[in-house]
Amino acid sequence: MEQSTFTTATTDGPTPAERFDQLIAAGEKIEPRDWMPEAYRRTMIRQIAQHAHSEVIGQQPEGNWITRAPSLRRKAILVAKVQDEAGHGLYLYSACETLGISRDELNELLHQGRQKYSSIFNYPTLSWADVGAIGWLVDGAAIANQVALTRTSYGPYARAMVRICKEESFHQRQGFEIMMTLARGSEAQRDMAQDALNRWWWPSLAMLGPPDEQSTHTEQSMQWGIKVETNDEIRQKFVDQTVPQAQFLGLTLPDPALAWNEERGHWDFGEIDWDAFWEVVRGNGPCNRERLAHKVKAWEDGAWVREAALAHAAKQDGRGLAATA
Amino acid sequence: MSTPAPLFTYLLRLGDDNLVLGQQLGALLSRMPELEADIAVANVCLDHLGQARNFLTYAAEVEGAGRDEDQLAMLRDERGFRNAVLMEQPNGDFARTMARQLFVDAYQVPLYEGLSRSTDDRLAGIAEKAAKEARYHLRHSGTWVVRLGDGTAESHCRMQAAIDALWPFTGDLFAADEVEASLVAEGVAVDPASIRPAFDATVGDVLAQAGLRLPEDPYQRIGGRQGLHTELLGHLLPEMQSLYRANPGVEW
Amino acid sequence: MNDLNDRTTTTTAAPVGGYPLWEVFVRARRGLNHVHAGSVHAPDADTALQHARDVYTRRAEGVSVWVVPSAAIVASDPDARDDWFEGSKPYRHPTFYTIPDEVGHL
Ligand SMILES: [Fe+2]
Ligand SMILES: [Fe+2]
Repeated sequence: MEQSTFTTATTDGPTPAERFDQLIAAGEKIEPRDWMPEAYRRTMIRQIAQHAHSEVIGQQPEGNWITRAPSLRRKAILVAKVQDEAGHGLYLYSACETLGISRDELNELLHQGRQKYSSIFNYPTLSWADVGAIGWLVDGAAIANQVALTRTSYGPYARAMVRICKEESFHQRQGFEIMMTLARGSEAQRDMAQDALNRWWWPSLAMLGPPDEQSTHTEQSMQWGIKVETNDEIRQKFVDQTVPQAQFLGLTLPDPALAWNEERGHWDFGEIDWDAFWEVVRGNGPCNRERLAHKVKAWEDGAWVREAALAHAAKQDGRGLAATA
Repeated sequence: MSTPAPLFTYLLRLGDDNLVLGQQLGALLSRMPELEADIAVANVCLDHLGQARNFLTYAAEVEGAGRDEDQLAMLRDERGFRNAVLMEQPNGDFARTMARQLFVDAYQVPLYEGLSRSTDDRLAGIAEKAAKEARYHLRHSGTWVVRLGDGTAESHCRMQAAIDALWPFTGDLFAADEVEASLVAEGVAVDPASIRPAFDATVGDVLAQAGLRLPEDPYQRIGGRQGLHTELLGHLLPEMQSLYRANPGVEW
Repeated sequence: MNDLNDRTTTTTAAPVGGYPLWEVFVRARRGLNHVHAGSVHAPDADTALQHARDVYTRRAEGVSVWVVPSAAIVASDPDARDDWFEGSKPYRHPTFYTIPDEVGHL
């Protein structure tokens, strides 16, 4: 993509930095080849990559139940859902690549542990109800975050979010439907559902990120329109929407401090164990090692396939040239 | 109209082929060589699962004993399964997965095209949709087999090893018995022998482009249609059925 | 939906040792244009086309797909956008002209 240009000296118009600030101030999108502050580019790469890695690693916890899904209908739904997550990863890598970094490089950064993915996927799926809880709570929390991100300032990221949000709503609904069926089922099924809720509730709240006063990136990210709502705002929204859903299911959210606050018009909730959250982020969650090892193994096992495909393509190109020569 | 028994068995054979294959492909998500391939294998898996559900649901109706697709899938043991033994062969490396898929696709394309002209309208309807899916699958598996056969030295070796390993299970796809015989006479089923030339031509064409050969050893392992499986199925089914069986009679 | 002519020059070509990048265009229905949907990595055109179908039409979003090597896209310079796209010629737009109501639809 080269341009044949000759430079014309000009002093007219805003500097690139001024133009960037004007676009942000006007709520316009930043597009890939626009000038942007290096820190904006780096922040964007870090955030989109982390989001993409999360979608890709996110295949694993639920993928763990595909072979054991309790009905053929559920099996098909789960395959479609896990496939969507791979698709989301792909959309996001595409968006990230517009910032001047290749997917192979991003892969490498993930494999070396230099880029992160969401802490939520480092918890194990121990029963079928976990598939329901993930769809309902984890996809629910992700949607709350992603809906906000459809208004983010970087064009390709915002567009990927629009596409992803459209696909996500089925994820949350199928999860809720699983929970509903279990909650109305046998005693064993009810217990299974409650146990899953107990284990996934707090990690789902924590996955929306550290509280605003601890979040290092929030202020600059808000200024640049990368983030449009703070972690705590999104978390409150998620709690407010989820409490009545749990009540509908007749399941108990594992938080004794949960109470309706008339004055605020919101649900109050208990203190999140941030030490536990940071432990998982640091790599010491229940499944960090397995998740990354699984990802790296798939990549390394596939090396010979990718090499073969490239070798074949090169041979075909050679033959094409030979044929036309 | 045929007597229910042969049609029921025939539908089980069709359904179980797709169920067992779909079950295996489902285990591959997040394990493929690239993200695009994860998405592609999920599409193929979903098509086979969908076909399995259509055939088994129809089988349950034909049987008329009040069973549904899940009871057929989850409550039969390995001796009761009627899939061809090819379907239960393990995923192995990517070459094995693609070799198995090529053989299945080369078989299912003419099978479904034939069945779409069945005198049984319901079966014809299911097969017409399935034929479209199978044609896409064949394009997918065929291009991969060519690419791997004609890629690097390593991929060529792996692909040839996969063809050698899986070819002995292809004969089971064409092992007809009296179940097919009566249905073929009524125009309901496809005579497996009649689609063998199409299968051979497709496989031969792909292997020729890939620079691969069929093994010379004529040995073939048959018996799946009568429930005489390889030992592998006895490991695949318990995993698939465990949760359903642990909680009898509930909704999911 | 136009990320395609926006990629920075460093990413459009094949990353060393990796698959080239392809831009995907999907026609949602007959009668509509192909519209840019995203991108895929693939070793060759045929695979790129299959990937595009598998990734971008999972919900029957299309009746036709195109793939184009990302490196083949030639894009205008974003810094020159004011010079290139200023083009305000109001007399090219119908609202520029005042026509009495009694003339009717025109
Ligand atoms: Fe997602
Ligand atoms: Fe999701």
